[in-house]
Order: sequence, then C-alpha cells, then structure tokens
Amino acid sequence: MIQKKINYYEVIKNGIFKENTIFKLALSLCPSIAVTNNLRNGVLMGTAVLFVQVMVNITISLMRHFIHPRIRLPIFMLVISGWVTITDMSMAAFAPEAYKQMGLYIQLIVAFASILARAEMFASKNRFIPSMFDGIGMGLGFLFALSLISFFRELLGKGSLWGYQIINAKPLLIFILPAGGFIAVGILMGIFNWIYGKYENKSY
Amino acid sequence: MDKENNHSKSFIVSVSPHIRSDESTGRIMWSVSASLLPAVIMGAYYFGPRAIFALALCIVSSVFFEFLYLKILKKDITINDGSAFLTGLLLGMNLPASVPFYIPVAGSFFAIIITKQLFGGLGYNIFNPALIGRAFLLVSFPKLMTAWTEPSPAFIKIDAITTATPLGILKEEGYTKLIEIFGDKANLYSHLLYGNRAGCIGETSAIALLLGAAFLFYRRYITWHIPLTFIGTAALIAWIFGGNSGLFSGDPLLHILSGGMMLGAFFMATDYVTSPSMKSGQVLFGIGCGFLTMLIRLKGGYPEGVMFAILIMNCFSPLIDRGFKSKIFGAVKKK
Repeated sequence: MIQKKINYYEVIKNGIFKENTIFKLALSLCPSIAVTNNLRNGVLMGTAVLFVQVMVNITISLMRHFIHPRIRLPIFMLVISGWVTITDMSMAAFAPEAYKQMGLYIQLIVAFASILARAEMFASKNRFIPSMFDGIGMGLGFLFALSLISFFRELLGKGSLWGYQIINAKPLLIFILPAGGFIAVGILMGIFNWIYGKYENKSY
Repeated sequence: MDKENNHSKSFIVSVSPHIRSDESTGRIMWSVSASLLPAVIMGAYYFGPRAIFALALCIVSSVFFEFLYLKILKKDITINDGSAFLTGLLLGMNLPASVPFYIPVAGSFFAIIITKQLFGGLGYNIFNPALIGRAFLLVSFPKLMTAWTEPSPAFIKIDAITTATPLGILKEEGYTKLIEIFGDKANLYSHLLYGNRAGCIGETSAIALLLGAAFLFYRRYITWHIPLTFIGTAALIAWIFGGNSGLFSGDPLLHILSGGMMLGAFFMATDYVTSPSMKSGQVLFGIGCGFLTMLIRLKGGYPEGVMFAILIMNCFSPLIDRGFKSKIFGAVKKK
C-alpha cells in the first residue's frame, strides 16, 4: 500500500473545521448539552476527549497490523474503554470536584461515535504520526466546540466565566438549563456553518 | 420578487393558510388584534399605566425585530401583515403588569427571531411565538414573571401590592382559603368574570375575552373545535378530579375562568400555523390541550398550565395532521 504524503497542518485543520465533531458531523451532542453549563466543565470535558482521542488513535495505529479485520470493532472498543478508564480514574484522583459533576459523562466517552469513527476510518489505515495528528485535530475541534458553547452558556446564563462574576445584570437563567443548551448548540452550529460556508466559498 | 409575472407560468407553493376568499393573512391578523381590544382595555383599567407601557413595548419591539431581521436578510418587509403586531400583543397580554422594561424586549426577541424567523418566518414556525416568548421569560426570570400585582381601578396608584393569582392560592392554600379571600362563591366568579383579580395583563377578564372570541366566531376566523374541546375537557377533568372530597366534587367554573384558559383556548390554541388543519385533528388537539392543562394544574409544579399544554400540543400538530388526512376527492381506495 502506497501511502500518500500527508500534510499534518491540513489534518489538524480538517478536524477543527471541516469535520468538526459537533458543528459539522453533529455527533456526540449529549455531552455538548449536558456538561457545558459552565466554561470549566466544558474545557475539562474537551480536554478529556482530546486525550482519549489521541491515545486511542496512537494505540490503534500501532496495533493495526495485529488486529484481525473481523474482530476489529470489539478490539477498538476495548482500547477506547481502556483509555477512558485511565482518564476517568485520573480525573477522580486529581480533580474530584469537577469529577463529581461530570463523572458520568467522562465514562460516556466510551460510547462516542466520533472516537470509534476516527479509529475505524483513520487510525486503522494510517501510520503512527498521522494518526496522532488526526487525533489532535479531532480532539481540538471537540474542545473548541465545547469551549465555545460553554463560554456562551455560562456568560448568558450566570453572567460569569470560569466561576468569576463578570456581568452583574440579571442573567438569562434558561441558558444553564438543558433547554438553553439545545438553543445554544443550535444557534452556534448555524453561525459556525454560516461563517465556514463564506470562508470556503472565498477560498475556492 | 415579482409574483404577478410568474403567476401564469408556474405553480406557486405558498404557505398555509391558503386563501379561499377575499380574506388575507393581514386582514385576519388585524381582526384578531382588534378582537383582543376589549381584554386590553380591561387589563389597562385594572392594572394601570404600567400595563399599557408593557403592552406597547412588546408590540413595538416585536415589530422592530421582525423589521430588522427581514431587512438584514434582504427579504420582503412584511410587517404590515400584522403578524408581528399580534405576536407582540399576545406576548404583552401574557405578562404581569409589573415587569421591568427589558423583559418585554427579551421576550419579543425570542418570540420573533428565534421561534418565528429562524424557523422560516410566518407559516413555518412549529410553536406559537408569543407562548415560546413567555415560556422563555418564565424560565429565565421566574421571580419577575410571577410578581402579580393586585388589580386597582384607581388609575393613579403607582405602588402596586404584590399578591397571588387565584390559581396560585388554590395550589398553595387550597379551595376553602380561596373562597374565604373572595368572600363567597358568587363574588369569586364575578371577580373572575370581570377581571378584577391578579394575573397577566390580558388574561384576567373572561367576559372581555369572550366578547372578542364572539367576534372571531362571527367572522368565522375560528371554529368551535379547538376552544370547545379544550375548555370542555378541562372542565370535565376539573369536575371529576379537582375536588378535595373525592371524585366529582371539583369546581369546573373556577378552573375555566381563572388562569389563561380563556385567552389560551380562544386566541392561542387556535393559531392557524401551529394547530392541526383538519377538524377531526383539531378536536384531538383541543382534548390534548385540556388534559395537559389540568394535569399541570392539579399535579404539576406550576399553578398554571395552559401555556405549556398548548406548546406541547403544538409539537404534536404535524403528527395529528398526518393521522387525520383529508379524503382525496375522486381517489380510489386501495384494497
């Protein structure tokens, strides 16, 4: 198999913009609504996913010659759950406060379609270094989306950022409730695609 | 857009309600707004200048946001069809009179931009814009949105007394206490009928709302299917399950006249866009609204459930429409 030369910058950019997990593929929307009611949780969740995505991609791509194609999905799942367990336990040890709020969602990373999809589509077909960059790109895209959503939700819903009060006006309480999560994700998805569409048309 | 030229060449796919007479969307919207006038006058009489201020602010900001959105997106400016005016009016009638100025503006923004225009404008919205605007405000500002003021016909009175709505009293303190506050049953009913009670600006006066609804019935803008089944179901459930001493001891009249039942059943649930278009579907829609209203009132956390009931049934109306398809004339039934 002849490997095409891969531009790492393009691979990362692909993960952040063209195939952004939340805004473009609309996958993994559950945590994007459940844990984004403040910026800290959003960033922590994004970081956890970034870590798991990179490590899973690296592991799968190193193991890709030893995995029999017929049982690849169970193997992928085992690898993913292994890394999620590591993340889960280290978060419980080092960030117990945040873990109390979002522990369930950290464990839910196992079921993320985006991580399994990248393992199947990219890591199992590519070498170690490109897979790592793909993981970084996809993870950064997720982190970016979650940070953006939680930034607006915390700012509008509580008037604060990272726990510090910024606006003293009466906040729109709805944005930290689940209903506001749907509204925020929908609107940000629309704005993201609008800007992205403009940018893409210009460059062509 | 030059529709007149295309007319002879191609079919125009337009938004329901389809015009079958000289009625137009604008004419219906303005008529409905006019039919709300008695209730507005009663609201202004009982709640004073602040009520008029809140109503005016709602209408102005609704029309302004509609204009702004259409202007920015370079669409036809259709603020003359009165739909934004009506949305603003209905939103204003669903607010307590004591709200600070930013609440009507935020509610109008949510109603017009998010609920109506982002879904494609008039005719494409899934939910009733005014009700979503109010639901948004109620969830966002729960304290301010339930600060009911005591109605006071004295127009100059500035310091309003905060009190609870009849349904709030019913929920918190029970039926006997409610009768005690209003004196006797007849007095309670007459207060509810004329609108001399705490509540939203436009929902209190049942008699004024009935007057407006009679006008709409006369002009055939609304039919009996939704309002009657809505109120009938609610009354039936209130009578059977609403009482303290076993079944069939409730007070249906109290439940019908209080809260937003009159305003909701005649003016909100009958919205053409968000209710089913078939008559049989409308009956089911009305029954669903009545059932959910009473479920929330009797078992839920909120004292009033008309708004959420209508919104929940709004999401079912496409489904109901699909279930009650009209019979296609001349079609052969498949075996």
